[in-house]
Amino acid sequence: MSLTAKDKAVVKAFWGKIGGKADAIGQEALARMFIAYPQTKTYFAHWPDLSPGSESVKKHGKTVIGAITAAVEKMDDLIGGLSSLSDLHAFKLRVDPGNFKILSHNILVALAVNFPGDFTPEVHVSVDKFLAALSAALADKYR
Amino acid sequence: MRRSSNQMGPGGVGLWVFKLQTGILILQGSSSSGHAETSKVSNMVEWTEFERATIQDIFSKMDYESVGHNALTRCLVVYPWTQRYFGNFGNLYNAAAIMGNPLVAAHGTVVLHGLDKAVKNMDNIKATYAELSVLHSEKLHVDPDNFRLLADCLTIVVAARLGSGFTPDVQAAFQKFLAVVISALTKQYH
Repeated sequence: MSLTAKDKAVVKAFWGKIGGKADAIGQEALARMFIAYPQTKTYFAHWPDLSPGSESVKKHGKTVIGAITAAVEKMDDLIGGLSSLSDLHAFKLRVDPGNFKILSHNILVALAVNFPGDFTPEVHVSVDKFLAALSAALADKYR
Repeated sequence: MRRSSNQMGPGGVGLWVFKLQTGILILQGSSSSGHAETSKVSNMVEWTEFERATIQDIFSKMDYESVGHNALTRCLVVYPWTQRYFGNFGNLYNAAAIMGNPLVAAHGTVVLHGLDKAVKNMDNIKATYAELSVLHSEKLHVDPDNFRLLADCLTIVVAARLGSGFTPDVQAAFQKFLAVVISALTKQYH
């Protein structure tokens, strides 16, 4: 399910609208994921506090969404563009790739909550495809 | 040569059968020994007060027509292969056509009213959905993976409507409810 020119344009335009709210979206997506999918917390046992408002969740949400925002500009070659992040996830973090889908879902929920008018079905499908392609690129080095 | 400890001799099989029979007795909630059985292994879903209240609250305030229409439209747009089940719905060529299609709107309402049965029978969703499960399996031939796709779209639509009211805890309760519905709907697939 490769990204069409239309998908890329839709994602770029929508991400432009998100603007400064991106960090909050990242934080919210992580918070939602930890509460609705508690098994994902197993990767963060080393954090002192996993609650929605915690410093750890805020900081990590910003890290994750920052990487996704950077990937918006790399849509023509996600596998190449995410190569070092894929190394990190494959060899160091070893997050089961099934969790990428879970986090993607919670990003979509956070987007729907914060941008109800803009997150139309057409935007939803393109963003979903982008996150899926991104997840595949992130898993590229796993085996 | 020493026997492997995994091998079950006749005694081992007998023990296994005893454990199975005991397990069945416990599940039936009966006790042959006369003392009161205060705990019962149950395969009922356990709902917290918060979860019950959340589900009742969300659905009591919901516009079934609008949410049903929007959720089904979103599903057909975001996961276009789901259109395979709606060959007789006419024009589904693009998002605008799907949104404007009266058969999609009507069917969205049907689906939401089906969900309503689970809302009204939260302690017995599996039995409530037995016939619907047979229908989806044997008559409609719907791949159960599609239930999760529609459920995800419904979650997104409700999230957009409730905004900040769709807190992470509310999301967890809502998604648990839909997961139970999906499980019940999948039960009669053989």
